[in-house]
Amino acid sequence: ARSVSTMYCRTTHYVRINGRANGTGPPSGKRLFQGQESFEQAPMYVAVMTYLGFGLVTLFGYFRDFLRAVGLEKCHIAKERDEQKDFVPLYQDFENFYTRNLYMRVRDNWNRPICSLPGPVFDVMERVSPDYNWTFRLTGKTIPNVINMGSYNYLGFAENNVDFLKTVAERVQQYGLGVCSTRQEMGNLGIHQELEELVAEFLGVESAMVLGMGFATNSTNIPALVGKGCLILSDELNHTSLILGARLSGATIRVFKHNNMQSLERVLRDAVCSGQPHTHRPWKKIMIMVEGIYSMEGSVVCLPDIVALKKKYKAYLYLDEAHSIGAVGPTGRGVTELFGLDPSDVDVLMGTFTKSFGAAGGYIAGKKELVDYLRSHSHSAVYASAMSPPVTEQILRAMRCIMGLDGTTIGQTRVHRLAENTRYFRSRLQEMGFIIYGNDDSPVIPLLLYMPGKVVAFSRAMLRRKVGVVVVGFPATPITEARARFCLSAAHTKEMLDKVLFDLNEVGDELCLKFSQRKYTSRPKEQHHNNNDLNKDFKQDSL
Amino acid sequence: MDFKNVKEYLGWLYYQYLLITSIYVLEPWEQSIFNSVLFSILAMVVYTSYMVVPVHVHLALEVFSGICGEQPESTMALMN
Repeated sequence: ARSVSTMYCRTTHYVRINGRANGTGPPSGKRLFQGQESFEQAPMYVAVMTYLGFGLVTLFGYFRDFLRAVGLEKCHIAKERDEQKDFVPLYQDFENFYTRNLYMRVRDNWNRPICSLPGPVFDVMERVSPDYNWTFRLTGKTIPNVINMGSYNYLGFAENNVDFLKTVAERVQQYGLGVCSTRQEMGNLGIHQELEELVAEFLGVESAMVLGMGFATNSTNIPALVGKGCLILSDELNHTSLILGARLSGATIRVFKHNNMQSLERVLRDAVCSGQPHTHRPWKKIMIMVEGIYSMEGSVVCLPDIVALKKKYKAYLYLDEAHSIGAVGPTGRGVTELFGLDPSDVDVLMGTFTKSFGAAGGYIAGKKELVDYLRSHSHSAVYASAMSPPVTEQILRAMRCIMGLDGTTIGQTRVHRLAENTRYFRSRLQEMGFIIYGNDDSPVIPLLLYMPGKVVAFSRAMLRRKVGVVVVGFPATPITEARARFCLSAAHTKEMLDKVLFDLNEVGDELCLKFSQRKYTSRPKEQHHNNNDLNKDFKQDSL
Repeated sequence: MDFKNVKEYLGWLYYQYLLITSIYVLEPWEQSIFNSVLFSILAMVVYTSYMVVPVHVHLALEVFSGICGEQPESTMALMN
């Protein structure tokens, strides 16, 4: 019997108000939008064994370092020369120790080379290591038609169908590939302006600016918005690009607990009451930085609460929708649409084109004055090379497809299929007994594995069954919470998902990964799959 | 999971032990070192408990029976 005593689950109910822009007058139809997030904790022995495992491998790490220092073993990794031995040591910090002794042993699970389009299925190149992962050798064979559960391909726009890419090919013939200039000098093409207008229309804001790189959109624009004397309130689990941008700006940074509105309110009140650290003058600007979907947790930001807090304390809101634009919301417009909020409530909307649009780059959108200011004051807008023409055309065609402007309903079908896939996959995983983090609507699904041995064995076992998964361990996640992260796609068919679920079930039993202690009502048993169905190869074909 | 024989089941148990203690990520000779160290520690524990525990239990039982045996005798002496 399973008990629910050790479970932490938060159910948040959001009220969705239809239609009104300014919120006055009675809402015509109130629908209750339930966003349920759960972060179940594993039983105590799991944490104990995880620490024990790390401790043992660390001990063996010290032993191997000793052997290397004495000379009994050849050192494959960088070490100081004899002349440098009297100076400050270079390779003794924890990060280098960890890389040498823990990461190198198992690094065949990361950076696997692929040799095809990263669509719903792809080809992985086979490689072997004769010396326990210090060096690799490609055998020349590929593992064909591995199901791709790791690419950020939410709407399936990473495709190479010639019909869909006709306009992109035309642009290559018209403009070539490199722009050879910045937007400010000679690189401002007509399609760039067309894209910016389309992005503004897509998001429902006044104006938008596009940049060539998503990471650089955050790290170079935040210094243009805030500076010394301003305060940034950043969520605990924000992405590195946001943290880098905040640090580069020189503003004071305070962190609040992940998605926790009480913590945010407390920090806001303290900031407004006490002002700047020594002088107690009021802050010039207070900016709250959050993300739409946090990719390591799969959680969705509590946007209505944050907007209410921002209005109460007169702060600004910077929303990074890298993973949520195109992937959530009834028509793929992101978290503002998911909660039924007005996009002009958010001061700075930022997003990337890498995930749902199958291209590269980022955008910043908001009021016209803001975007005009950023065009001349942001580092990447002034100095970075302009976006390449075929990439711009890919974003244009993808966005028109989602909005339905190309006359077809392909875009809407894909958005709905992603939502269905998400619901199906999440509910089946929870029924099987795995611990899943995050909101029921997010297409990013972290599956908790906890122990380092199991993380590695899981990745290898799934690759043997021709499913490619991404596993994440210590520096990117807390030390006891290693996980596998699934990114669903609208291009995944139900057969592919069923095969992945079947394999997950078997691997979960084999490795004892089903830690969940919740009780679920059993679904009616689906017809059992024959092995013939599941050994079917999933060929790459266009949608 | 269906196991054809006991050997397969024992192999699976050994695999679980490797995974849980994270010895799975080590090279085979390191696994042998760890297994031999663990086995010798467990053997020493078993041997020590075999030597020590029966003697101590016997002594402890004697002490307790001594206390319980004395009480009724002393009260009888007082009454007489």
